[in-house]
This record gives sequence, C-alpha cells and structure tokens, in this order.
Amino acid sequence: MEFIIGKFNYWIYIVLMMIGFYAMIAKSNLVKKLVGMNIFQTAIILFFISIGSKKGATIPIIQEGATGDAVNQAVNVARYINPLPHVLMLTAIVVMVSTFGVAMALIIMIFRKYKTLEEDEILEIMRSEENK
Amino acid sequence: MTAQAPILIIIIPLIASFLNVIIGLWRKRLCYPLVIITLSLSVILSISILNTVITQGVIHYRLGGWEPPWGIEYVIDHLNAFILIIVSFISFTIAIYSKRNVEQEFPEKTVYFYTIYLLLVTGLLGITITGDVFNLYVFLEITSLAVYALIAIGRDKKAPLASFNYLIMGTIGACFYLLGVGYLYIVTGSLNMADLGRLLPDLYHSKVVLAAFAFFTVGVAIKMALFPLHVWLPDAYTYAPSTVSAFAASTMTKVGVYVMIRIMFTVFEPRFSIVMLPSTEILGWVASGAMIFGCILAIAQTDVKRMLSYILIAEVGYIVIGVSVANRAGFTGALLYILFDAFTMACLFMAAGAVMHKTGETSIHGFRHLHRRMPLTMAAFSIAALSAIGVPPFAGFFSKWYLVLGAIDAGKWIFAVLLLLSSLLVAVAFFRIIQNVYFPPYEILIAGSEIALPSARNDKITLMDEAPMSMLLPIVIMAAGILLLGFFSGRIISTIIQFTVPGGF
Repeated sequence: MEFIIGKFNYWIYIVLMMIGFYAMIAKSNLVKKLVGMNIFQTAIILFFISIGSKKGATIPIIQEGATGDAVNQAVNVARYINPLPHVLMLTAIVVMVSTFGVAMALIIMIFRKYKTLEEDEILEIMRSEENK
Repeated sequence: MTAQAPILIIIIPLIASFLNVIIGLWRKRLCYPLVIITLSLSVILSISILNTVITQGVIHYRLGGWEPPWGIEYVIDHLNAFILIIVSFISFTIAIYSKRNVEQEFPEKTVYFYTIYLLLVTGLLGITITGDVFNLYVFLEITSLAVYALIAIGRDKKAPLASFNYLIMGTIGACFYLLGVGYLYIVTGSLNMADLGRLLPDLYHSKVVLAAFAFFTVGVAIKMALFPLHVWLPDAYTYAPSTVSAFAASTMTKVGVYVMIRIMFTVFEPRFSIVMLPSTEILGWVASGAMIFGCILAIAQTDVKRMLSYILIAEVGYIVIGVSVANRAGFTGALLYILFDAFTMACLFMAAGAVMHKTGETSIHGFRHLHRRMPLTMAAFSIAALSAIGVPPFAGFFSKWYLVLGAIDAGKWIFAVLLLLSSLLVAVAFFRIIQNVYFPPYEILIAGSEIALPSARNDKITLMDEAPMSMLLPIVIMAAGILLLGFFSGRIISTIIQFTVPGGF
C-alpha cells in the first residue's frame, strides 16, 4: 500500500500514459489517435513537474537576496522546489503544441483527400483505387 | 571565426531558414541561391571543425559562457565531426539536386519547402553537435517536425497518411527518449552527457537507470527505424518527394545510429551496455532480423523507391550489427558504413528521383532500356547498387569487410554468415533492376506477337534524354564519391575513425 500511496505521482503518470498509448495504438479514428498522443505527452509533462516539487517548499526566489545578506547565509535547499524540470517542460510543451499543430494540418489534408478520418475506411479506399 | 564555428554551424542555417521566408515573399527565385550559399557555408564550417578536432583534439564550446553541468555545452570529438561532415555535405549536394524536382513537383511551395529543408538541416546538425541530452531532444523534435511536413508535401495522395503514421510513431519514440532523460535526471540531477558519464557508474545497480536505458534504446530505435519498429519508414519514404526521400534516407537513420552510439558509450559506459546488460547481444539479433527481413521484403517490391526503403532498413541492421559486436573492427565497419551508406542511399534515391522526373513513374518496369535514355544516371545507379551489394572496388565492400571481420573477431560466426547471406539477397534485389535497365527480358514483346521483334526493339531505342544538369551533377558527384572513398578508406580510418572507438573495446 505504501508502494502505491507514497509514489502516487508516478502511478498517475503511468496510468495516464498507458491510456494515451492505448488510444494511439488501438483506435482507428485519426482524431482519437491524436487525442491519445496528447494524453501521452501530458502524462510525461506531469511526471517531470512532479519530480521537481517538494512538500512544503516554495518557488525558488531566494528571499535573503532582497535584503542583501544572501551571501552570508547558506541557502536551505529543502525550502525551494527544483525549477529545472519545470523549465524543461516549458520547452517540451512548445514541442508538443507544434507537433499537435502539424498533426492537425495533416488530418485536414487527409480529410480533403479521402472525406473520412476512419483509418480502415481510408485503407479500403486506397485498396479500391489500386485495383482500378 | 574557427573558435565560434560550433555555434555558427547551427545558427547560420537556422537564421537562413527564417530569412528565406522574408526573401521568398519578395523574390521567389532568390531562395535557391540562399539555400546553396547557406549550406556551402556549413560544409566549410564542418570541414574547419574536423580540422580543429584532428589537430587540437576535442572541442568544448560553452553556450553563453556557462560552466558545463549547468549550461549547455557543445562537445565535438572525432565521432561528431565525422557525422557533421556527412550531414552537411549530403544536405548541400541534395540542395543542388532539389531545384528542378521542386519546380516540377510543387512549384507553388518553393519558399516553404526550402524554409523547412533548412530547419531539417539545423536539427540534424544540432543533434550531432550537442553535448546535452535535453538539447538533443529538442533538436530531435525539430528534425522530426520538419520531416513530417516535408513528407506530406509529396504529390502522392497517400503522402499525408504516411506522414501522420510517422508522426504518431515518431512522437512515441521522442517521448520515450524524454522519459529516459527524466529518469536519469531523477537519479543524477544532471543533463550534460559527460557529467552523466561521470555520475552514472556508481548507480548502475539502480532499477531507474536500467529503465532509463531501456527507454532510450527503444525511443532511438523507433527514430532510426530498427527492424521491428520500422513500419513507418517504407510508406513515408516512398510517398515523399524525391529530394526529401533522398535526404532523409541518407542522413536521418545515420544520425539516429549516432545518437544510439552516444547514449550507449558516452552517457553509459561500454561495460554497462555490453557486460552488465546484454544490450549489444540483443541489438545484434534484432539487427540480424533487420538485415534478413529488410532484404526479403525488398525483393518482393515492384516500386523502386519502396524497394530502396526496405534496403535502407537492412542497412540500418548492418550498422547496428557493427556496433553490437563491440570490438574495434566492427565499430570501424559500422562508422565506415554510415559514411558509405549515406553516399549510396543519396545516389540511389536521387537516381530514382531523376527517373521519376523524366518518366513520371518509379516501377521496376519503368526502368527498362533506360540505359539508352539516361546512360549517366543509370551508370551512377549501378555503381551505387554494386556498392550496396559490396562488390570489391566500390566503397561498400570495405565497410562490409570490416563488419564481417568484426563479427569473426567477436566469435559470432552466425552474424558473419547472416551478413553474407543478406548481401546476396541485396544482390538479388538490385540485379532485378539492373537487368531491367541493361538486358530487359523480351517476354512482353513476344506476347504481342504481331509486332516483329526488330522493329519493336527499334521503338525502344529512344534518343538520349538525360535528367537536367542540376539533377545529374549531384548524382555523378555521389557516384564518384562512392568510387573514391573506398580507396581512401585506409586514410579515413587512420585519421578519424580509429579515435572514435570507445575505450574498452
């Protein structure tokens, strides 16, 4: 039980990731695949965010710095969350949004050509065109 | 200038790609010269970087002057410099080739094509040059996004769906890589490759590190189309425009292999990747599967571009087998193969693209009698094909020689046998085309028996009608490269490759 509750953030990310993964692999509708991809990426972002945070800690602004005696005091690491994973995720979110944009553009192109977004229907149209 | 070369080689194509949009709005015709100038600059810079590395040793370039574990660092040793030259030279040559192909296939999208092309080159150069695992992820995604867009430009109706499937697979690969980065960050708190290499040995027993290694390997294997994860590649490269498939086939998989080598032997130590985990053993068997199945599927194809895509899957298998036998000869063979295969694949796909440009199709039947119509293109195609098979005077022979030598040195006779068997299968695949070009079977002519044979043959004798000069020249350069590089392989090994072999081999 401790294994589940103590590390609940990892469990949440794994469950979310698997939901997304399932949708990407098993769904035949292209938009559902895309939604799955979004869930998948969001799960990874949550994972990164959760590894940076600490209980009872605050944003990493060194308060002593304002009064000028930060140099003399050792910074108490436990008081501040680790900002680096959050910064990494800013970049990853940008990547995710652009991937989503490219995928949406592709979906529009596919819809214009086949008038459907169901993968099996598209494959059928492809096959019938090849036989012609 | 040379001190800033590591950053300039990234910045110049990046800025040029945005400049390209602005210039393209004003004068569309200026885009092509801009791309050529930009890429020739990056070739010059990569040569100067290689020169610096050979004379002065490893380059450490600190972005913004930040000290390594905190700031992003570009580290260039012999391995990076070698891959940099391949990527920049191939991108330059294929940019020359692209002119007429772009004009024919999608004249209205010239500006955007070149913009994305330059972004793709930026991404590939960035992956190669960086010494930071997260920075590598960002460049990996720049590359992938650019390639998705370029594939979807293809004239074929199936191109967008092929690109979409690639996008889904590619995103899974990139996310796995990102998870690997996250796991390593949890246990070490560092993102710098050299720093990770120092911190990780004490943590090798940790399960988190094992999981990270597994995520890295699977993620990169998707990106480089290693055999069971190759499904996106044939469709994507078949329906992409000729220029894009030539460039992607010759560089993207190679850069993927480079990332794998970096992760296995710089971030992790060779003793972890080889001894503690039998990862090289597993990769060796997977790569054997790639070699055999890639070739068998290649023989089953009737479309030349699709056949070349399957050959490419087999070639990724060759390179990975060279790495997986984990000794000096095998590693040398793998790196030589990266160089020669980049040239070979560029030449083959460009020749197929030139045929497409002239005849409008790439089925094997369309290649009949082409030696009369396009003698130079077909000569170059045959040289590249013979090199891919591994016939002695051509470059491919030397790399395959080292691969087989490596497999025998490691005592893995089965890999040596599979390498030779797969080379035979590649020969079967290519001789189907070469036969159609030079000695086509006459069964069709006989079937329509009213036509007398000699006159039917006269119909086939068409006047020489080569591809335009801007397409022909790059093809001939690549073919000449395949001929010459083989003879200089001794020089290449003694000046560059012998320094890239990881310690402990």
